[in-house]
Amino acid sequence: MKPSSHFWAGVRAELPLLVGVFPFGLIYGTLALNAGIPPIAAQGMSSILFAGSSQFAFAQLVHESTPALVIVLTIAVINLRHMLYSASLAPFMHDLSMRWKILLSYLMTDEAYAVAVLNYERVGGTAGAHYYFFGAGLALWSTWQISSALGLWVGASLPAALPLDFALPLTFIAMVVPALKIRPAVAAALSAGLVALLAYSLPYKLGLILAALTGIVVGTILESRVERNAIPLHNKEEPK
Amino acid sequence: MTIWLIMLAGGLITFGMRFSFVWLLGRFEVPETMRRALHYVPPAVLSAIVFPELFLSENHLDLSLGNARLLAGLVAIAVAAWTKNSLLTILAGFVALLVFETLSLAR
Repeated sequence: MKPSSHFWAGVRAELPLLVGVFPFGLIYGTLALNAGIPPIAAQGMSSILFAGSSQFAFAQLVHESTPALVIVLTIAVINLRHMLYSASLAPFMHDLSMRWKILLSYLMTDEAYAVAVLNYERVGGTAGAHYYFFGAGLALWSTWQISSALGLWVGASLPAALPLDFALPLTFIAMVVPALKIRPAVAAALSAGLVALLAYSLPYKLGLILAALTGIVVGTILESRVERNAIPLHNKEEPK
Repeated sequence: MTIWLIMLAGGLITFGMRFSFVWLLGRFEVPETMRRALHYVPPAVLSAIVFPELFLSENHLDLSLGNARLLAGLVAIAVAAWTKNSLLTILAGFVALLVFETLSLAR
C-alpha cells in the first residue's frame, strides 16, 4: 500500500469519532467566548494546547479569574494521561525520524490515540502505520479547529439568557460517567467530588488540585486492594 | 497577556507529556503504579470540577429541590450511564435544567 492509502485509512477510521468531537468543539468555542476570552486566544488554545477537556477547564477557570499558576497546574494534571499514551505508542515509533516523532506527538489526543494504537497493535511499527496515525490525527485536528472556530462565531449570536455555562458540567458528565466501569473508578470520582466541595473555599482553587489528587490516590489504592482480594475469589465463584 | 502565558506554558507542558516517552525511545517501562494512577486522572479531575458546579450555589451547599442544576445534573448522569451517548446526555441535561428552572420559578 502507498503512504496515501494508509493516510486515508487512518482518516476513515477516525470518522466515527469526529461526529462526537464536533459538538464539543462548538461548545468549547461558545464557552470560551462567554468566559470573556478573546476569540484569537480561544482559537490559539485549540491549536497550541489541542486538548479538549483541559481547554474546557481553562475557559471555566479564566471565567472565575483563577490565578495563572493554578490554571497551568490544572491543565497539566488533566493532561497527565497523555504520558500514558506516549509510553504506550513509543515502542512503535522507535524508528521514526525526529520530525515525525514531534509531529505525531503533537497530534496525540485521546481520539487519535484510540485509533492509532489499535492499528499499531494490528500491524506493528511498519512503514505505513505512522501515515495511518497521521491521517487519524490530522482529521481530528482539522475537525477541532473548525468546530471551535464555528463555536466562537456562532456563540456570539446566541442569546445571553441561555445557561450555556452549564454545558461544561454536562460535557464532563458525558465523558466521565460511561467510563466508570469499575468500583475504584467510581470511588475516585466520588472522593474527588467530595473533597472538591469540602475544600472549595481554599484560595487559588487549590481545592481542585487537592480533590484530583485524592481521587487518583483513592482509585489507585482501591484497585490494588481489589486485585489482592481477587485471587481467593476465583476459588469460590466467578463474580456476576 | 496572562492568557497568552497560560497558553504557552500549558501548551509546552502538554506537548512535553505527549512527547516524553516517544522521545525517550520507549526504553523505559512506565512503572506499574504510575500506569494505574494515570487511569484515575480523568474521573478524579473532571468530578472535582463537576461537583461544585452542581452542589454549590453562590458558594454555599444547596441540596434543596430549588437547586435546578443539581437536579439536571442527576438527570444527565442517569442518561449518561444508561445510553453512554454524549450528545443525548448534554441535550437531556439542558432540557432538564430548563424544566427545573421553570418549575422553581413557578413556585
